[in-house]
Amino acid sequence: MSDQDVDKCKRGFLVAATGVVGGVVAGAAAVPFVGSMLPSERAKAAGAPVEADISKLAPGEMKIIEWRGKPVWIVNRTKEMLAGITKNNSKVSDPKSDVPLQPDYAKNEFRSIKPEIAVLEGVCSHLGCSPQFKSADAKSDMGMDWDGGFFCPCHGSKFDFAGRVFAGSPAPVNLKVPPYKFVGDGKIIIGDDSKGA
Amino acid sequence: MAAKNKQPVVITCAGPLNGVASGLLTWVDQRFPLMSNWRDHLAEYYAPKNFNFWYFFGSLAMFVLVLQIVTGIFLTMHYKPDASQAFASVEYIMRDVWGGWFIRYMHSTGASAFFICVYLHMLRGLMYGSYRKPRELIWIFGMLIYLCLMAEAFFGYLLPWGQMSYWGAQVIVNLFASVPFIGEDLSILIRGDYVVSDATLNRFFAFHVIAVPLVLIGLVAAHILALHEVGSNNPDGVEIKDKKDAAGHPLDGIPFHPYYTVKDTLGVVVFLIIFSIIMFFVPEGGGYFLEYNNFIPADPLKTPPHIAPVWYFTPFYSILRAAPPMFNSQFPGVVAMGVATLIFFLLPWLDRSPVNSIRYKGPLFRGAITIFVVVFLILGYLGTEPTNVWGQFGGWLGNADRATVVARVCTIVYFLFFLLMPWYSSIDKCKPVPERVTC
Repeated sequence: MSDQDVDKCKRGFLVAATGVVGGVVAGAAAVPFVGSMLPSERAKAAGAPVEADISKLAPGEMKIIEWRGKPVWIVNRTKEMLAGITKNNSKVSDPKSDVPLQPDYAKNEFRSIKPEIAVLEGVCSHLGCSPQFKSADAKSDMGMDWDGGFFCPCHGSKFDFAGRVFAGSPAPVNLKVPPYKFVGDGKIIIGDDSKGA
Repeated sequence: MAAKNKQPVVITCAGPLNGVASGLLTWVDQRFPLMSNWRDHLAEYYAPKNFNFWYFFGSLAMFVLVLQIVTGIFLTMHYKPDASQAFASVEYIMRDVWGGWFIRYMHSTGASAFFICVYLHMLRGLMYGSYRKPRELIWIFGMLIYLCLMAEAFFGYLLPWGQMSYWGAQVIVNLFASVPFIGEDLSILIRGDYVVSDATLNRFFAFHVIAVPLVLIGLVAAHILALHEVGSNNPDGVEIKDKKDAAGHPLDGIPFHPYYTVKDTLGVVVFLIIFSIIMFFVPEGGGYFLEYNNFIPADPLKTPPHIAPVWYFTPFYSILRAAPPMFNSQFPGVVAMGVATLIFFLLPWLDRSPVNSIRYKGPLFRGAITIFVVVFLILGYLGTEPTNVWGQFGGWLGNADRATVVARVCTIVYFLFFLLMPWYSSIDKCKPVPERVTC
């Protein structure tokens, strides 16, 4: 068959049509593959609330519990720690917690239901490391104006005891406050804030 | 070099083969392009005669690739990609498998060796202008290899499921989470879970042992095919194909085999001596090749007091840390880090110099490349240390960490090296380039 006999226009159309249809089919076939990489039903089901006992948590102490594979900190804040938070209002980037990283009931001065009990997700808002507890005594590491809080070892972000990020840190926003509620006898439930029985 | 041989090609190249073997060769050759490939890529691939020390690292990188694939295959025979068993299975390889420690240390040391070879190989390209026309595609394939290698190293580092594995993966996956709008979903898609977990480990294993190596091997083939299409550059940066003898071979070229196969074999021998010393006596590389914290099992609730990536990522990690957050997002840092890696792709078009090699480039380019290497090393060092390693400036600089300020300056210089290149490379006072290669 010589080249003159070829209807180039028709051939071009057929090539393009085959390409488009083939592309659509390939794209459709990719859906289950990409979908298989999403969290499985088992992973989705693993997010149940957890209960923690804070009756023995002394003032100034912190407890770490695991919720959805992440560390959640519960800190029993002393008066000095709370005073430190108030002092930091001018040094943190979001003093009023305007960025919605906490339930509405924790959008207050100390970002908590009860001022002394802090509940924070211990996951740095920068790149997900878990910051360390640094008391106000750690002035030699943290600088003379340190009133205590958390320090992320990965990239040096600093947070106060309300989980508010200090201006100038790599972390852009405050630490998250997970949904939680108190139930009798010094118990706290993380991951569930529904009212009622 | 040798005048063209008039004898039948099969016999010349096959060497002292006996009748049966040469008969077999003819039989194969009629069915598969064995001898023609041998000629095109080895026996009659003419490479410039003036290759120097820097030209070892391409073949060495390929040697290490083979080493990694072979040791990797044997490691998978014992390793368990399961969050509850992974750490123990690596220790099992180290303690109970016959020769396991040898294979594992070869693989972990090999990862660092791979990056050493590749970085020196890239620096070679930078010095002698190996990325320039007509070798742009070689450079691009090479950069893709480099990106694959980074992915390969990252996925592989999670597998021992130590503290550094875990938190390193946590940080890198969260880099993707900072992409505006789609970031959160993207990071969940990568992890297959809401946190780094068993699902993440299992898929990283799949990427590390199948997906990325396949792509890597394909890219290496493309890299070499492109190289053999246009021919190798050399330390003088002059085109050897411009001057040919009567037989059509470059006057300044010598056949890759046996000349460079022998040279590269010597390189492999020296490399293996150094490699063995490290592997047998300092396999952890002072904490740089295998970080101490990675001998502690992954603990999702506790970040080690100081985390840093393995040394080959630290220049980019420094750039990530140096960029301040903007608009309530760490995305600018991630972009800076990404661009710092990807900007190498543009080199062939950024360099406007009339000459290729640093030997004939002027003081501006030589100065720029020296500063770039120094800055790259400083960033690399800073990335291994906490940000307060050099203490703080006084109050007059807002108590800023000295290391952070230095990293910021270095980051700016790093980018200026590329961004100003079209300018300084074109106004530079270059020396005259010789007609043919020197020495």
